[in-house]
Amino acid sequence: MAHGFAGDRFFPATLLTDDPFVADEISLPTVRWNPTGPDGSREFDIEGDLAKRITPDLGFTIGDQWQRLKVPGGGATGIGTLDTGLQYQLFVNAPHEAIGLVNLGVSWGHTGRVAALGADDFTTISPGFNFGKGFGDLPNSVPYLRPLAVTGNLGFDFPAKSHSAGSPNATSLNYGAAIEYSLPYLQSAVTDIGLRPPFNRLIPVVEFAFSSPIDNIGLGQTTTGTIQPGIIWAGQYFQIGAEAIIPATRATGHGIGGVVQLHLYLDDLLPKSLGRPISQWAQ
Amino acid sequence: MPRSVWLAAAAGLALGLAVQPAGAHAVLDHASPAVGSSLPASPPTLSIWFSENLEPAFSRVTVTNRMGQRVDLDDARVQAAQPKVLQIGLKPLPPGAYVVHWRVVSVDTHPTQGNFTFVVSGR
Repeated sequence: MAHGFAGDRFFPATLLTDDPFVADEISLPTVRWNPTGPDGSREFDIEGDLAKRITPDLGFTIGDQWQRLKVPGGGATGIGTLDTGLQYQLFVNAPHEAIGLVNLGVSWGHTGRVAALGADDFTTISPGFNFGKGFGDLPNSVPYLRPLAVTGNLGFDFPAKSHSAGSPNATSLNYGAAIEYSLPYLQSAVTDIGLRPPFNRLIPVVEFAFSSPIDNIGLGQTTTGTIQPGIIWAGQYFQIGAEAIIPATRATGHGIGGVVQLHLYLDDLLPKSLGRPISQWAQ
Repeated sequence: MPRSVWLAAAAGLALGLAVQPAGAHAVLDHASPAVGSSLPASPPTLSIWFSENLEPAFSRVTVTNRMGQRVDLDDARVQAAQPKVLQIGLKPLPPGAYVVHWRVVSVDTHPTQGNFTFVVSGR
């Protein structure tokens, strides 16, 4: 399988919400201009992320980013915290276009510029569940709802260190979702409305993600999150996504940011080598 | 991230792409009868155009009526001259709705599947 297929449904890789499928894919680059932080800081990131299957249902992820942080009166640049993950494809239900994955993420402490950029000086363990559901199984009486799909994730952050620089490192609940309307699905499974390239491969999307501290909460620590409307163009070998970043809480910041991403499908680009699960490399 | 890291990553990817013949998942590009269309009369054949070349031995399509009975001629084929087109003959279709089920494998072995309907209105 790989790639985000569940039956007739193709789930694109979303820019904010974690994907519900193991894959051989690489995001390079993801360029992000964050909204202005509550302290007046501005952050610009260039990220690279790799997702690789070990077996058809087991995969890992690794990612890092170069950051430029501007604060009133100064700034810094450097590498952020290294993130890795182990993922297992829990189920794929083709008739109902449903898909689920469990993952265990780790953000490694002291892998970024701690003092200058505020990168973590502690490791965080993040178990989670990601899911996707397409609505192609709705009755034909509501044909224009069938291209809809939702992906989402639910997880926790468990810091391995209770305090840093005198402030508590909170345990957090993370939750988010992406609502997608697939024009490719509309064209190929519902009704051909005559869209031609590049419009027949567009997937408008609205994503949101929040993180709420639930334990060991410090003064002023509260829910943060963003809402990100945008669009994904999903081609045969790669996809391009662009979204606005809108702070959803006062503690997140103010103003509007943006993110663009080039995402390569390694299983399509390199079907006989890097795009195959590692367990099949010798076959 | 240091420039050398980006350059090394880009060079590695470019090298990989240069030495590997790429393939991709075959997705439905268009069909005749068109997806979701209504026709005045029964079409003699159904044709589906895909985005990639197909493996003929592993590419299938069926057409059924509302009762789930097959109304195709069970002669699905991918012609060598048109490796992206899957075609099947149809029996004379009375007015009604018909469901097309397809499942194909592209030449790089990726399977994909799909369903769509069309209607013969009879007028």
